[in-house]
Amino acid sequence: KAGEKKAGEKKPAQKKAAEKKPADKKPVEKKASQKKVREKIKKPKKYHASRNPVLARGIGKYSRSAMYARKALYKRKYTAPETKIEKKKKEKPRATIIKPVGGDKNGGSRVVKVRKMPRYYPTEDVPRKLLSHGKKPFSQHKRRLRASITPGTVLILLTGRHRGKRVVFLKQLGTGLLLVTGPLVINRVPLRRAHQKFVIATSTKVDISGVKIPKHLTDAYFKKKKLRKPKHQEGEIFDTEKEKYEITEQRKTDQKAVDSQILARIKKVPQLRGYLRSTFCLSNGVYPHKLVF
Amino acid sequence: VFKRFVEIGRVAFISFGRHAGKLVAIVDVIDQNRALVDGPCSGVRRQAMPFKCMQLTDFVLKFPHSARQKCVRRAWEKENINEKWAATRWAKKIEAREKKAKMTDFDRYKVMKAKKMRNRIIKHEIKKLQKKTTKKVKKTEKKEK
Repeated sequence: KAGEKKAGEKKPAQKKAAEKKPADKKPVEKKASQKKVREKIKKPKKYHASRNPVLARGIGKYSRSAMYARKALYKRKYTAPETKIEKKKKEKPRATIIKPVGGDKNGGSRVVKVRKMPRYYPTEDVPRKLLSHGKKPFSQHKRRLRASITPGTVLILLTGRHRGKRVVFLKQLGTGLLLVTGPLVINRVPLRRAHQKFVIATSTKVDISGVKIPKHLTDAYFKKKKLRKPKHQEGEIFDTEKEKYEITEQRKTDQKAVDSQILARIKKVPQLRGYLRSTFCLSNGVYPHKLVF
Repeated sequence: VFKRFVEIGRVAFISFGRHAGKLVAIVDVIDQNRALVDGPCSGVRRQAMPFKCMQLTDFVLKFPHSARQKCVRRAWEKENINEKWAATRWAKKIEAREKKAKMTDFDRYKVMKAKKMRNRIIKHEIKKLQKKTTKKVKKTEKKEK
């Protein structure tokens, strides 16, 4: 109701502003029409209180049929608006098709069913699966990101070949993994994906507000490629086609494009470059639960 | 042997409890274990407090026993206890400890680099002095010969 009222008030305000230009007679007429429009919009829907007085909890005075008459439902018959599906459904597809048939003395055509009956029924019917609720496939899962991780945060990688390295966070990808870069010149960490759970977020942030990350850097770009098409048994089963990973030229150009922007920001903060070069380690007397990152 | 005594007006530092880390003045002694204590300039209401959680400082204020809060406050501000306390080594150590605990990872790195540089400078100077003394010793040995 409040929304409708506001909408009604806005409309006359806009109309009045536009109409200051033409002659005075016109705005008078238009104001009258505006008033009608306003009244129509302003009238709130009034719902009648229950027409069925309560005798005891859950028990009304009037029966179903009596209530039908009291509510005048004979006058109020609504049909649901025709949905798009229903509109589409009106066109019934053809059940049979006439197909031409070759050969002598065959009668030129046959009437063929478009949708045929199944040619096989299993001996035991597959039991009906129980209803499940809210079991979504991975692609539809909700991706969460810790509040401490924002674009530009320095993260400490804990697993993988780059464990202990301090790295700059760029963005979260579609599958929820974090896109991260060394930058490469500083600590030999390329544009890479990292998992949120295996990362410590420090409170040090680099200002990445204007950095443009190319849009083709998605999960598909970073996914590991597997080439295996043994149409026939290979002579040497252990000889996989892709043994060594080769850095493609596209990766190099993307790395340069992103890193050049970030390095400029890193240089502005004193000692940040050396910080990113160093690795994180624990020593005697250092307890992670007592450290402030 | 003992230099700091529990007396009326002694400023004490509360070491644990709800008011840990604050300064209070002892207004009166209740019994063997408790004192009536008041900290108008440090946010501690007038209350009984066991001696166990108090650690005596070097400061003593002058006011009569069971003086009301206004008097305690006046004496406190006259002696400027808050500033004197901040200047003591005790308070500075506490502050340093807090800062160390709040250090972030980046801060720790910066501290490490600063320490390294400092130690390098110190070692350099020491080595210079060592060289001087060895040279002197060598010279005197030669002369004796």
